[in-house]
Amino acid sequence: MPKNMSLTKNEMPVQAPDVRNKNFSEVALGYTEEQAIDEANRCLNCNNKPCVTGCPVQIDIPAFIAEVAQGNFEEAYKIITKSSSLPAVCGRVCPQETQCESKCVRGIKGEPVAIGRLERYVADRHNALAETTSEKPASNGHKAAVIGSGPSGLACAGDLAKKGYDVTVFEALHVAGGVLSYGIPEFRLPKSIVQKEIEGLKALGVKVETNTVIGKSVSIDELMKEEGFETVFIGSGAGLPRFMKIPGENLNGVYSANEFLTRINLMKAYKPDSTTPINAGTKAVVVGGGNVAMDAARCAKRLGADVTIVYRRTENELPARAEEVEHAKEEGINFRFLTNPVEITATEKGWVKGIVCQQMELSEPDASGRAKPVPIEGAFSEIEADCVIMSIGTSPNPLIKSTTSGLDTQKWGGIIADENGLTSREGVYAGGDAVTGAATVILAMGAGKKAAAAMDEYMQNK
Amino acid sequence: MFEILEKKSLNPTVTLMKINAPRVAKKAEPGQFIILRTDDNGERIPLTIADYDRIAGTITIIFQIVGATTEKLNHMNEGDCLHDFVGPLGRATETDGLKKVAVVGGGVGCAIAYPVAKKLHELGVEVHSVVGFRNKDLVILEDEFRNASAKFVLMSDDGTAGEKGLVTDALRKLIESGEKYDRVITIGPLIMMKFVCALTKEYNIPTVASMNPIMIDGTGMCGGCRLTVGGETKFACVDGPEFDGHLIDFDEAMARSASYREFERKAHEDTCNLFKEVGKNA
Repeated sequence: MPKNMSLTKNEMPVQAPDVRNKNFSEVALGYTEEQAIDEANRCLNCNNKPCVTGCPVQIDIPAFIAEVAQGNFEEAYKIITKSSSLPAVCGRVCPQETQCESKCVRGIKGEPVAIGRLERYVADRHNALAETTSEKPASNGHKAAVIGSGPSGLACAGDLAKKGYDVTVFEALHVAGGVLSYGIPEFRLPKSIVQKEIEGLKALGVKVETNTVIGKSVSIDELMKEEGFETVFIGSGAGLPRFMKIPGENLNGVYSANEFLTRINLMKAYKPDSTTPINAGTKAVVVGGGNVAMDAARCAKRLGADVTIVYRRTENELPARAEEVEHAKEEGINFRFLTNPVEITATEKGWVKGIVCQQMELSEPDASGRAKPVPIEGAFSEIEADCVIMSIGTSPNPLIKSTTSGLDTQKWGGIIADENGLTSREGVYAGGDAVTGAATVILAMGAGKKAAAAMDEYMQNK
Repeated sequence: MFEILEKKSLNPTVTLMKINAPRVAKKAEPGQFIILRTDDNGERIPLTIADYDRIAGTITIIFQIVGATTEKLNHMNEGDCLHDFVGPLGRATETDGLKKVAVVGGGVGCAIAYPVAKKLHELGVEVHSVVGFRNKDLVILEDEFRNASAKFVLMSDDGTAGEKGLVTDALRKLIESGEKYDRVITIGPLIMMKFVCALTKEYNIPTVASMNPIMIDGTGMCGGCRLTVGGETKFACVDGPEFDGHLIDFDEAMARSASYREFERKAHEDTCNLFKEVGKNA
């Protein structure tokens, strides 16, 4: 087939905005076979593969795309899974525009190849095929523990299992997946896909123990001394919600984004038969500008609220992916920029009544390199609200640090680890948000894979 | 799986269950809690650990039937398995250096106060237990408290059990009679704990209250259980559940505990109706 020299990507079919903002089904519907092959033919199969350098797990992107162009979808899947344990997830939630696709030669003039959409197509097609076919590798007799079943933990567990290690993943919640299960909403990442990927890991021999809080149910020291785990990977994420410490934050109707999303995604509060309540109100205000804020806002919208996102900088500084912001806008989410909450006001019954905000303006760049928002004196306004969702970031949970002897952490709580994930404790590795603070799924996976390689080397040479 | 090994009705609205949970039992201490789900579609509810047996690998929970989930739980029987059971969560009751303690429990809170009294008693602390119930039909763990206490005072709102009056009446009397406590530990309805703390503040007796707010994960992740203690926001699940009673903002805690009252009332009603239907068709 000749190369497709179109300057634009094949559009991915999506649910119409005014339909999807009332349901929790997936927004993006995925390519058809025809679209996938057509898009794959846009790839020039460059010799120096710049896209691969943009991938935190170094998937051989041109090779898998070449297989897609030939219609060899299973071959393409095999190439992807050599490097990635969670292709159906990454095809959906990776910020490709700043990673692989940002390096694509086709992007110099026109749009890059839609690598993410192709990855998604290949993974979905494989998953729809049949039962997981992966064969369980022969055991090498070594035991490794993985704490947390989010992206870094699953990536680490998958790589170790492929090498024959006896891997147990410990998860505090009742469902595996970490942020993929409790955080990212169904309409962006269907939970059946997450579970399918986890089933794939189980087929490789990975054991998953849910309902186990490391540091409470059992400590890392006990896992190593009493339960025979030679190495431990800490992938416990950054799950501790931050609040603004402004008056009124403990009023009824104020949520952390974590709580709001957990009620919806993990506890299914959006379903009519759920026993977990949720209150998105009629007028919801989401504070923050990251992907989590977009997720929370879009959930609140689907629950029937009129939603406003308030962010203290301008649209240009929004940390969320452009695609998420675009989707949110299409769905009717309002944005108030240069707006910083200073107080949440209350009704007589102790419920949220509104949120008082200070008008801001941008000045010099701060430590993060972004223009610093400074208050405009005396410029306040109140936004009416009966639900406020605080989405201003998360920190690593201190539970593991406080119960593991000799594990060094940064002042802000992040676990200190070298480039291979090794912590201050022999045999104990860490990666993902627990080390870096809140970041992306794929960076966490990359860290999990690196640590798996280092753990392998350590256990083989012990 | 987390099998229900024993089920006992303590009064018409309070049930005791012994659950097979070896990992939890190995670590459990008085003051800590667990979170359970009855079934795959169930909500997560926190319950304080009422007792544990490390050798048998069991955890005892005592719960009041107040909502949909506790209703469902109460319809489960010996041999049934809970879908999820995680713990022990939260911090254990601090017992170091205590010599004489008043344990003040109210209603089903006594189920949580009892293991604290028992542990203190075993450590050689002089325990005075003051427990209150609405009436004699609701009294639980009376013998157990008696066995763990140097002094035991039973109060009821209507005078049908023990003395008529509130736990605060009894506690004031004890203090006024010259009893000197190093600490008061109170566990029960928020309004009761609020008044116990107000009373002990008058006498400057350090007081600890055990909080049981709405929570989801129990590991510090959601922040739903936050409360104000001494002007600072704390998470009951990881910073507590016990806090300095003189610093807790009880009014805020009471408002927060009512967040979903209407939803909960309806969910409980629906669940009751469901069980009635099942009963009719059986």
